[in-house]
Amino acid sequence: MVVPAGYYLLLAAALFSIGVVGVLVRRNIIVMFMCIELMLNSVNLTLVTFSRINGNLEGQVLSFFVMVVAAAEVTVGLALIVNLFRLKASTDADEVDSLRS
Amino acid sequence: MSAVLAASEGVVPLTQVLTAPGGSPVDLAWLIPVVPAVSAGLLLLFGKRLGRLAAAVAITAMGYSAVASTLVFAFLGSQPEGGRTFVRTVGTWISAGPLQVDWSLLVDPLASVMLLLVTWVGLLIHIYSIGYMHGDERYPRFFAYMNLFAASMLILVLGSSFLTLFVGWELVGLCSYLLVGFWFENRDYATAAKKAFIVNRIGDVGFMIAMFLVFFAFGSLDFAQVLPEAATVLGAGSVTAVAICLLLFVGATGKSAQIPLYVWLPDAMAGPTPVSALIHAATMVTAGVYLLARTSPLWALVPEWGLLVAWIGVITALVTALIACAQRDLKKILAYSTISQLGYMFIGVGLGDQVAGIFHLLTHGFFKALLFLAAGSVMHAMANRTDVWGMGGLLRVMPITAITALVGVLAIAGVPPLSGFWSKEEVLAAAADTPGAQPIWLLGAIVAGLTAFYMVRWFYLIFLGSPRWQADADGSVPHPHESPLSMTLPLVVLAVLSVIGGLLNINPETGFLHGWLEPSVLRYAGETPFLAEAMAIVLVVALSVVGLAVALLAYGRRWTRPAPSIGAAGAAQRAFYVDRFYETVVMVPGWLLAKGLATFDRLGIDGLVNGSGRATQRLASVTRQLQTGFVRSYVLAVLAGAVLVGAMFFGAGVGW
Amino acid sequence: MVVVLAQAAVNEPSNAEFFVFIVIGAISLGSALCVVVLRNAVHGALMLVVNFFTIAVFYAVMEAQFLATVQVIVYAGAIMVLFLFVIMLVGVDSEQDLRANPAIPAQRPAAAVLGLVLFAALAISVAGPYLQRSSACPSTEAAAAATDAAALTSCVGLAAANEQGNTQGVGALLFGEYVWPFEVTSVLLVIAALGAMVLGRKDEPLIDRVDDPLVLRDPQEQTSEAEPVSGPAGGAADDHADTVGAYRADASEEV
Repeated sequence: MVVPAGYYLLLAAALFSIGVVGVLVRRNIIVMFMCIELMLNSVNLTLVTFSRINGNLEGQVLSFFVMVVAAAEVTVGLALIVNLFRLKASTDADEVDSLRS
Repeated sequence: MSAVLAASEGVVPLTQVLTAPGGSPVDLAWLIPVVPAVSAGLLLLFGKRLGRLAAAVAITAMGYSAVASTLVFAFLGSQPEGGRTFVRTVGTWISAGPLQVDWSLLVDPLASVMLLLVTWVGLLIHIYSIGYMHGDERYPRFFAYMNLFAASMLILVLGSSFLTLFVGWELVGLCSYLLVGFWFENRDYATAAKKAFIVNRIGDVGFMIAMFLVFFAFGSLDFAQVLPEAATVLGAGSVTAVAICLLLFVGATGKSAQIPLYVWLPDAMAGPTPVSALIHAATMVTAGVYLLARTSPLWALVPEWGLLVAWIGVITALVTALIACAQRDLKKILAYSTISQLGYMFIGVGLGDQVAGIFHLLTHGFFKALLFLAAGSVMHAMANRTDVWGMGGLLRVMPITAITALVGVLAIAGVPPLSGFWSKEEVLAAAADTPGAQPIWLLGAIVAGLTAFYMVRWFYLIFLGSPRWQADADGSVPHPHESPLSMTLPLVVLAVLSVIGGLLNINPETGFLHGWLEPSVLRYAGETPFLAEAMAIVLVVALSVVGLAVALLAYGRRWTRPAPSIGAAGAAQRAFYVDRFYETVVMVPGWLLAKGLATFDRLGIDGLVNGSGRATQRLASVTRQLQTGFVRSYVLAVLAGAVLVGAMFFGAGVGW
Repeated sequence: MVVVLAQAAVNEPSNAEFFVFIVIGAISLGSALCVVVLRNAVHGALMLVVNFFTIAVFYAVMEAQFLATVQVIVYAGAIMVLFLFVIMLVGVDSEQDLRANPAIPAQRPAAAVLGLVLFAALAISVAGPYLQRSSACPSTEAAAAATDAAALTSCVGLAAANEQGNTQGVGALLFGEYVWPFEVTSVLLVIAALGAMVLGRKDEPLIDRVDDPLVLRDPQEQTSEAEPVSGPAGGAADDHADTVGAYRADASEEV
């Protein structure tokens, strides 16, 4: 049995959707952030799959860059979460509603 | 009627208009209205600072106008007959295509006699006001308004076109409002002022439409261009002429208080008595008569409608005479009497004998002003009480007032040889002589009898008999005394004028006024008496004497108490319910309409505007719920948008 | 010699790649679901680590060996460790407070619907064209891809690209064509590090609290939410009720 590349893409789409639903449904900021990482990983998987489909390494390079940026983003994002926690003493995303009208 | 017209046609006025030499009184005549106007302005601006001195300023201005008017009169007299009509142009006002109206004066014999009346009687009343308005907190403003009124009336009289006359016409209406409502703190007085102005305005609409028609027919509003051409442009009996004349008469009924627009005058007695004397006796109310006399060439084209005017005049005279017989307020009696005498004047000008109308205008100016001033003197003494049944026996206390008032009463009753007799007889003679107007003569004679009756009643209840006044609610009792010299002097002067005024036109054909006014008016009254003249005169005098005697006897012996308010007397006391009628028929629908519109404005228009605001608010409060402040909601929104965009791409790819 | 797994699998009745895909794919999906579903944040983080490992396996299967290694080192090794640190910092047991605010109405159903729609859209548009057997092993010869069988027999895969080894291939591209983005991302990393340092710092006022006459605290004022708390000592704010004056013993200073 061969595995068509589309199966990997399907899996990545599923992971992406799960990540999206996770961001929307969970209230803990850290878990939301983790779901975002999940989404980034699924995109990476897609990129690598396409790199294999097209027969060159450009997808992998882009995926590499995504990983770098994700690392930077996690750094800054977690620092922000820590600050937010210092302010609100809670990890509930719904506590941050100052823009509420 | 037309045969009569052709027979008695005189020189059409204003066919020959001259320009006065520079420096002559006519050349400077433009100052006659301007000086009182400037004085009014000064008094309005600096009155408070001048205080008591305001009277002096006002009287000086009026004095100038009086002297200048006399000089104009003398100048005109010195000109040859036929060369007495001058136009003095001061400046251009409207120059809009075919419509050319200038600020210019028409100084001719008719204007000159009106000038003399307005300025001299006005001067006397200004002097009277020093005493009457003494102590009033708005003393300077009163004189300012009086001067303004004088200026307005002079503009009216001197106006050389319909429009300039109308300017004066409107301004006197305004001044009437200001002066009648002088004590505006009293709600009723303010309402009376409003009534005067509004009813006047109704008449003014007629005047304005008449002006439109005149311009449409003649292409100009200038008297010098309209009146000489009346016969050629419109022709006898033309519909346009009828319309113009009747509309002018509508304006006159408003200003001169005839049926149906007379209801404002009795209420206008709310103003100070000098105001009643000047405006509602001698000057403003005569403006309508003056207008009709001035436009006599137009009326000469439609004499049948002039007859209608005479009929309205005599019916007004009769109805208001009956009302006057039952009134208790001494000024209201005089007010209704004024309306009644104005009716006589309209009989005169309506039938085409403008000289008779103007003659009665002049004599009436004398004795009615006298009577009003005497009434003011009585009110001044009786602490502003007005009920004649609360007076009596004042002859002993105020002899000068009483004697001069008696002169006025005899004059108005038509007792020879006082002035009223001559002018009234001339008017009634015009009625007697014009075919078709004899019933008018009869009714006029009856009115003469009634006039004598109610005027003697007036005099008797105030000055004769025993004192009837009692303490009023707070216990104060009036202590009547004679008025100061500033008030009694004008009374005496007017009394003298009332006695000798008849000299103006003793003989209708050869009298001074007849000849003097000939260049200014176009006479078209009849000349065929149906009754021997002497007979007619005797009959009228007899009726007057009967009225006089009845009043003396009745009020001396039998009627020592006011009549009960029932039946005919009650109806007369309530002025035959005319005011109630107007209220129900005119005022209430108007008020309902106004209320309806106000409600529409409040609910509809404001509702629309406020409603759109409220709708926006409601929309905002609904839409605002989108801004939850929660990050997750925003993520959901972003995702939804992303899915939508993706779907669009997908659809584009598939080929939707 | 480069192994082309796909080519090797063409004639095999049973395929290692397929087997790997099924098993590792199931683990991947399962762990992702656990991340979303589990209440405890630590458990979720650990499940995410598992997910990252599975992704690394997939990279390896798809001949992206360099990325597989980097994935394990950076993602599973650094990022998730960072996550776990922060979870510990923030309070493992802070989930009790999650019931304080009421849920946003219709959030869950809307999320479910949208998630499904998104999956469907992605599946159809992205994955759809590549579901045939021929895309199992991509061929660089377009003409040879006319039939499934021809495509499979002439499949090339990443053999040419990985000729000198995957890492060398990626490095050649990275320092060749993509050197400019490379340098920019390194700057980005420096900035991120600086930013994290700045954000992580405690907010100390410039003046000493003891001597500042303007900072006068009401000794009775003890509201827990106004006071920045940190770490496990978060509930210790109530212990300061008897502190008089401006100076306060901040438990967080020892962190």
